[in-house]
Amino acid sequence: MTDARLLAAALRNPASTTALDGEGWTALLTMARAEQLAGTLAWRLAGLPLPAEVQDWLADAQAGAVQARRTALWEAEMARRVLAPLGTPLIMLKGTAYAAAGLMAGQGRQIGDLDLLVSRDQLAAVERALLGGGWEWVKPDAYDDHYYRTWMHELPPLIHRERDRMIDVHHTILPPTARPSPDAAALVASAEPLGNGLSILSHADMVVHAAAHLLADGDLAGGLRNLWDVHCLLTEFGGEGVDERAVCHGLLPQVMRAGRQAHALFGTEVPESWRKWDSLDRLIQRRVLARDGWGRAVRPATRAAFYVRSHWLRMPPGLLARHLWIKWRRGRA
Amino acid sequence: MIYRAPPADALLAEPIDAFTAVYHRPSGQTHLLVEPAPEILDALGRDGLTLAKLRAALAERYDLTEADDLAERLEELVAAGLVSAA
Amino acid sequence: MKVRVGPASFRVGSAWSQPLAQLRALYADYPPGDSVPDFTVRLEPTRPWRRWVRPSVAIAGDYMLPEAAPLPLAHALLAAEMAMNLQVALGWRRHLLLHAAAVEKDGRALVMTGESGAGKSTLAAMLMRRGWRLLGDEFALVDLHNGSLHPFPRPISLKNDSIAALAGEGRWGPELVGTPKGTIRHLVPDALALAGMNRQAMPAMLLFPRYGFAPATRAVPASEAFVRLTAASTNYANLGEPGFRALTRLVREVPTVAVDYPDGASALAMVDEIWG
Repeated sequence: MTDARLLAAALRNPASTTALDGEGWTALLTMARAEQLAGTLAWRLAGLPLPAEVQDWLADAQAGAVQARRTALWEAEMARRVLAPLGTPLIMLKGTAYAAAGLMAGQGRQIGDLDLLVSRDQLAAVERALLGGGWEWVKPDAYDDHYYRTWMHELPPLIHRERDRMIDVHHTILPPTARPSPDAAALVASAEPLGNGLSILSHADMVVHAAAHLLADGDLAGGLRNLWDVHCLLTEFGGEGVDERAVCHGLLPQVMRAGRQAHALFGTEVPESWRKWDSLDRLIQRRVLARDGWGRAVRPATRAAFYVRSHWLRMPPGLLARHLWIKWRRGRA
Repeated sequence: MIYRAPPADALLAEPIDAFTAVYHRPSGQTHLLVEPAPEILDALGRDGLTLAKLRAALAERYDLTEADDLAERLEELVAAGLVSAA
Repeated sequence: MKVRVGPASFRVGSAWSQPLAQLRALYADYPPGDSVPDFTVRLEPTRPWRRWVRPSVAIAGDYMLPEAAPLPLAHALLAAEMAMNLQVALGWRRHLLLHAAAVEKDGRALVMTGESGAGKSTLAAMLMRRGWRLLGDEFALVDLHNGSLHPFPRPISLKNDSIAALAGEGRWGPELVGTPKGTIRHLVPDALALAGMNRQAMPAMLLFPRYGFAPATRAVPASEAFVRLTAASTNYANLGEPGFRALTRLVREVPTVAVDYPDGASALAMVDEIWG
């Protein structure tokens, strides 16, 4: 059975695609779209002599990524304009940060919501300013609201009523209920201003966050894209200082695992000490690659295992039962 | 408070009978502007003006009446992202 | 199964064989798809067991809408058609897409756009029967560089009374009874339309038809056309500047008329009169 190893190989070594026939290309392009890596693939394959149909497809993906980048950067600028009077650092996370800083991880990247990190004591002021600046709650639902505020690391998502774009305002990079507790104050203190009123995390923190986002914060959906982020950040910055930062945030195991997963699929250079596989690594790789040439999510049992695991990671068990039960009941209503 | 318009090359303006369609390159958004919005953008320019100076600049060129609520029009342009205030 | 329609090529996969057989029959006169298609469409069961038990077809593919409702297996052909339209609506970037029907005569194209129920598919099919070349009944593809229309002659989706009104010649799909939009039947565009699916035409007139009203025509100012066409485009916002340029050019250069009509016969007479 084909899996996304084909896509990982093309990203790692673009020249490997020269051996593909029509069917191989179709599978590769379809899984790239499904994994939100179409623009990234287009960037990696730029300049290679490719079949005309593939060139057309990649040109579309590239144009889509340019548009995504423009929209994301503009959304960050609009948030900055509304929040600037607060005089607090506004730290962009993930896709928007990579694009704004011109990083390799941002090349061709699909960018969704705007993720902002602010210090916890500014959260209420930020919320007020956004609500006054045209943003509104996505779901006016008391339970979700309580859930987010009490247990998550972010405000309930807000959407701008004119531009229809979502913003997630975080005060740390993992939910307080998650077992590792990153040092949020240190994240804010080390952030690097870009000179346009917006900041990004320090390089080491960025790697730690990308690893946490991949492994500690979700069910590995979109895992290949997140792993590609880890690869790009480690390739661009090297591993210097990452260990210490990871220790400081209690995320060294996640960083080492993300590093060796990236090493295995993309050949990322990582310290020798990170590379030893444990019992979970094979399963994680199976999960990250669970996509076939028709764009279908495959390996349902592996995916389900990670879905439950992701909730265990994020919440104390009692809370998990309560959360799943309320979601379940509402799902039936 | 100084209000600034985007640089000229950020905007692509096409007058179409009832309004001017403006494509704003940094955002990729299209705005449909009617008087006095294009005139406001023109007067503000890149260096920007205060509200009082804008009122004076427009009064030189156009017939402004009290009914033209300039402050309100300006806030609409700020909300649309076409004018920045700082 | 693979198929090409105008500039776009598709690959359709299905968990069941029946929809693929229906699609092959419907697209028998179309060129085969490319070896690397632009879009993948999947018809798959909503739950694994729904492949056999009360089969329920989910619309999936490269681009998906979370709210797209599944259809029973008997309507799988409709699901496939909707899925192909969805890929184009959300994924096509090589033209400005207008939700519109278009026909051509003497190298000049007539574009008809309007809400669902405005009658554009029916009108397009009637005009095709009267010798116009059908460019498409669902999307008009506006070239981003020279403003011409690229044909996209997908099977015409006819509903309810329109099916009987156009009964007769041509290749038809199966009658799909009891869909969310009533009875639907697909009519394959005629040989003229299929043979010309790569030949572009310059738009000469834009029509905003409205079905079920006393006959009336009204010249539409370019500004109103601009607003209505941005709403009728599924990819205007995604295209950025090229989309803006193509649309402003279209409304500036092409006269626009709003047409209210009570029935098909009067619509044809009105088109004849306006077209001159």
